[in-house]
Order: sequence, then C-alpha cells, then structure tokens
Amino acid sequence: MARLKTRLRDIKSFIIYRFVFLNGIISIIVLGLILAFLIANSIRFFLSYPILEFLTGQKWSPTVLEKFGFLPLLTGSLLVTFGAIVIAIPLGIGSAIYIGELAPRAVREILKPIIEVLATIPSVVIGFIGIKLLAPIIKDLFNLSIGLTALAGSVMLAFMSLPTIISISEDAINAVPNRYRHASVALGATKWETTYRTVIPSASSGIAAAVMLGLGRIVGETMTVLMITGNSPRIVFSWLQPVRTITATIAAEMGETVQGGLHYSSLFAIGLILFLITFLINFISDRFINKIRES
Amino acid sequence: MNDDKIKIKVRNYGFYYGTVKVLSDVNMDIQENAITSIIGPSGCGKTTFLRTFNRMNELLPNTRVEGEIIIDGIDIYKDNIDVVDLRKRIGMVFQRPNPFPKTIYENIIYGPRLHRKYTKKQLGSIVESSLKRAALWDEVKHKLNTNALDLSGGQQQRLCIARVLAVNPEIILMDEPASALDPISTQKIEDLMDELKENYTIIIVTHNMQQAARVSQKAAFLLTESTGEPATLIEYDDTNKIFTNPRDKRTEDYITGRFG
Ligand SMILES: Nc1ncnc2c1ncn2[C@@H]1O[C@H](COP(=O)(O)OP(=O)(O)OP(=O)(O)O)[C@@H](O)[C@H]1O
Ligand SMILES: [Mg+2]
Repeated sequence: MARLKTRLRDIKSFIIYRFVFLNGIISIIVLGLILAFLIANSIRFFLSYPILEFLTGQKWSPTVLEKFGFLPLLTGSLLVTFGAIVIAIPLGIGSAIYIGELAPRAVREILKPIIEVLATIPSVVIGFIGIKLLAPIIKDLFNLSIGLTALAGSVMLAFMSLPTIISISEDAINAVPNRYRHASVALGATKWETTYRTVIPSASSGIAAAVMLGLGRIVGETMTVLMITGNSPRIVFSWLQPVRTITATIAAEMGETVQGGLHYSSLFAIGLILFLITFLINFISDRFINKIRES
Repeated sequence: MNDDKIKIKVRNYGFYYGTVKVLSDVNMDIQENAITSIIGPSGCGKTTFLRTFNRMNELLPNTRVEGEIIIDGIDIYKDNIDVVDLRKRIGMVFQRPNPFPKTIYENIIYGPRLHRKYTKKQLGSIVESSLKRAALWDEVKHKLNTNALDLSGGQQQRLCIARVLAVNPEIILMDEPASALDPISTQKIEDLMDELKENYTIIIVTHNMQQAARVSQKAAFLLTESTGEPATLIEYDDTNKIFTNPRDKRTEDYITGRFG
C-alpha cells in the first residue's frame, strides 16, 4: 500500500515535471518559429535593399520615393516610448504607494477596482479618448496647429500602462509582512519613514517587475499610437510634433502592400528589428530584476 | 540595586477592541530599573496591555483606551503627546524575531538615523556598542554586512534587542522574547535582560513561569475570569512573593499549573 503510494507520487511528479518541461520547450519553439517567419518574409528586402541605407536612411517613403529609411520610425518610437516611461513610472509607483500604504481603507476599496477596470479598456477606446479629449487640450495648451503629437501618444500609453504598474506594485507592497512595519513604527518611525525605508525596499523586486510589465505594454502597443501620434514618419526631436512609431507603420501600411513585394517585406524587416529590440529589453530587464532580487 | 523609583503608573486602565472590552480596571506602579513580568493564560490580554505603553495598539482600527498611563508624570494618552518621540523612548521586542531584510549593520542604524544625523564613524560605534550590549558582537563582528535574515533565530532576536538599544530607550517592552528560541538562546536573552535592567525599565510578557521567576523582580497576573468579561489584574507583587506565597487562590492555581 505504502509502496503504491510512493509509486503514484513518483509518477505524479514525473508527469508534472514533463508538463512544465514541455511548456518551456513549446514556448521556445514558438519563439523560434516567429523569428523564422519574420526572417523568411523580410529576406527579400534585405537582399535587394542596401542595409546601411535602411538603417541610416532618414526618409520613410515606401510608395512615392521607394525609400525605406528606418531612422524616422525609430526616433518616433523612442520619443513616444521614452515620454510614456517618464510619465508612467513615477505616477504608477506613486499611486501604488498611496493606495497600498497611505490611503485610508475606504479610499483604497474604491480605487482598487477602478484601476483594475481601467486595465481592461481596449486600446482603440484609449486612442479614441486621446483624439477627442487629449489632442485638443495639447493643441490649445502649447498653441499648436495639431494636437496629434508624440506627447499625446506618450500620455495615452502611460495611461494604458498605469493599471499594470499600479496593481502589480501594489501587490508587491501588500506582500511585505506587517512585522517589518511594526518593527519600524516601534523604533519611532513615522508612517512615511516606514514606507520609504522599509516597505519600498522590501517590495523593490516586485515593483521592478511591475515597471517592466508596464514597459512591455508601452513598447508593443499599436492601435493607440496609430490613432493619436499624427502619423508622420519624419525625424523630429520634439514631443510637440507628429511622429510615427514602428508598430503604427506596420499596422497602417500592411493593408496597402502587395504580398511578396518590396514594401511588404520591408514591413517584416522593421517588424524583425522591433522583435529584436523587445527581446533585448526583456533580456536586460530580466537580469536587472534578478540582480535586485539577489541583493 | 533598585531604588524603588516608580517609572510608570497605570490608573484605571481598560482596553476595547471595537465594542469588546478585553481589559478592565488595571492599576499598578511599575518600578524603574527593574524587570516586571506580566503573566496569565493565553488570550487574557498580555500583548494588548504591553502594546499600550508604546501606543502600538493604535495601528489597529477601532481600538480604545480608558484610564491613564502615566510615564514620568505625564499621561501618554493626552492629545499633545508626540507618539514618535514616545516610541523612541520605549523600545519593543516582538515575540517572533523581526529583523528587517537588510544587513546587520543597517538593522542597527535604522532607529538612530530616524531621529538625527550621524557621521559614519558615529554610526560605526553605535553599531558596535549596541551589539556588544546585546551580547551579539563577537558572533557577528566579522559579517556586519550580511543579511540579518541569515542569522539563527536566537541571534536574530538579540539583533532585535540591539536594534532597540541603539535608539537608547528608557523602557523596553518584550513580548515573549524567547518563546521561539532554544534553551541556550533563551539563557542568553535572560542573562542579557539581567544586565540591561541596571539601565532600563523592562516589562516582559511571558508564558514561562520559571522564566518569570528567574528574571523579574515584580510580577503581574492577568486573568479573564469568565469568557466575555474583560480580564483584570488579579495580583501584582514582588516576584518572590507571587511565586512562593501568593495572596490570591487564583494566582496560586495558575502558577502551579492547575489551569491556563
Ligand atoms: N486585533 C484584534 N481585534 C480584536 N480582538 C483582538 C485583537 N487582538 C487581540 N484580540 C483579543 O483580545 C484578547 C487579548 O488578546 P492578546 O493578544 O492581548 O492576548 P495575550 O494574553 O497576549 O495572548 P497570548 O498569550 O496567546 O499571546 C483576546 O481575546 C483576543 O482575541
Ligand atoms: Mg500575546
């Protein structure tokens, strides 16, 4: 009887082990297939268009001039993304600290569900809000001829990533055991001193993970930026100008291309680069999180 | 040894969680530079009573205190009391060791740095002297920068005591400080308390009768007589007296293990 039990247990753990292992293998295979698909479809572009001209070209004009310069898309993406990060990180972490630690219970009970609902708003709706509400405000505020700018994109992307950053950071803050708070308060720390000297450091790896997930949402987002950044593939260095991001370019132009044509495969080429950038960000952030966790 | 000076006066003290009154009519004078133990069956309100002295009960919502807790002549539940300053003067050691997930060094300097600025050198000497007074220095002096959670339970508890000493309090509250420790660590903590009482007023909650008898000079026995009623102070006297010749039958029953 007892032997049967151990045998069953062995089989169970074997199956679980296999299952987890299989999942890992499958995700690696899928990732590999995506990469292969991107390369296969973009190979035509890399073979026929000079790669240096692609990477350093300053004009993206695939149909009129047949120029495939990547730089304007890259600067567009960087502007929008960087702006969103600058807005989202302090706001997200600040709100999480407020909700998780400082807010009275009643306020927390109201805010938490609201934030969780915000996370479920589809990005088309966010884009629509951006066009109807935010763009006119930006236009008036900065006296611009058009409000659809990199800034509009940054603000809306930040808004989209906030629920993720807030709720995961808040979970991390909640997971800090109360005995640390009590130890701190008993030593004569105020609520705020306890928060920033004990709670935040203890929650830092969770907060870092929250930020990374938020960034994931910002970097990969297409629809919102397509709708509200003004769609102008030019190199600009101001948040108050229209731009076009990599993702928006793919989404906007894919429908107009001839399958298998140069334009078509150029979109896969920029997709491939986006894939590599995202991969790199994830890789770096993973090591970064691990480092925080270790210390 | 102790000059019988009174540090704390408890007057008609009572305590409520919401509408439930758990302690009632406690009156006692707590001596300076002595160890006072609080004993009583589980759930009679020892922790609640202890947490009254540094107003930690306030972290819980819907709690209420009645009566007066007078420390050095001042009622600490008066509106104009600075709670942060109060907690600086009254250190607390918890039942389960709770060092911060930081280095040993950072654990010690946490308290002092809250209250004023120090140079690196000053901090170093605070760390050394606190750890020495907590009888932990020799065991950790070569690894001050390792995580405090890597220490053994007994070492962690002494670190928590060192952390309290670093703030230089007048009163130290201990809630069953040795209940999670092995006999050797317990012995160390008890020896430590004996030394500390020269300079500090110590109040300790303990379930361990021998421990109360060994370390304390005064003992207070709390008891809930019937469920639903608040606990009261049954007897408060010299520890010797309580353990050899208690006045009250209920005290005698409790210390001889007949209930509780
Ligand atoms: N946060 C709380 N809310 C409501 N009631 C509480 C709370 N904490 C304690 N109590 C109640 O108050 C009474 C006293 O609790 P307390 O923890 O002070 O007892 P104790 O003597 O320290 O017990 P133990 O020896 O088991 O630690 C108990 O009846 C308990 O159920
Ligand atoms: Mg208790």
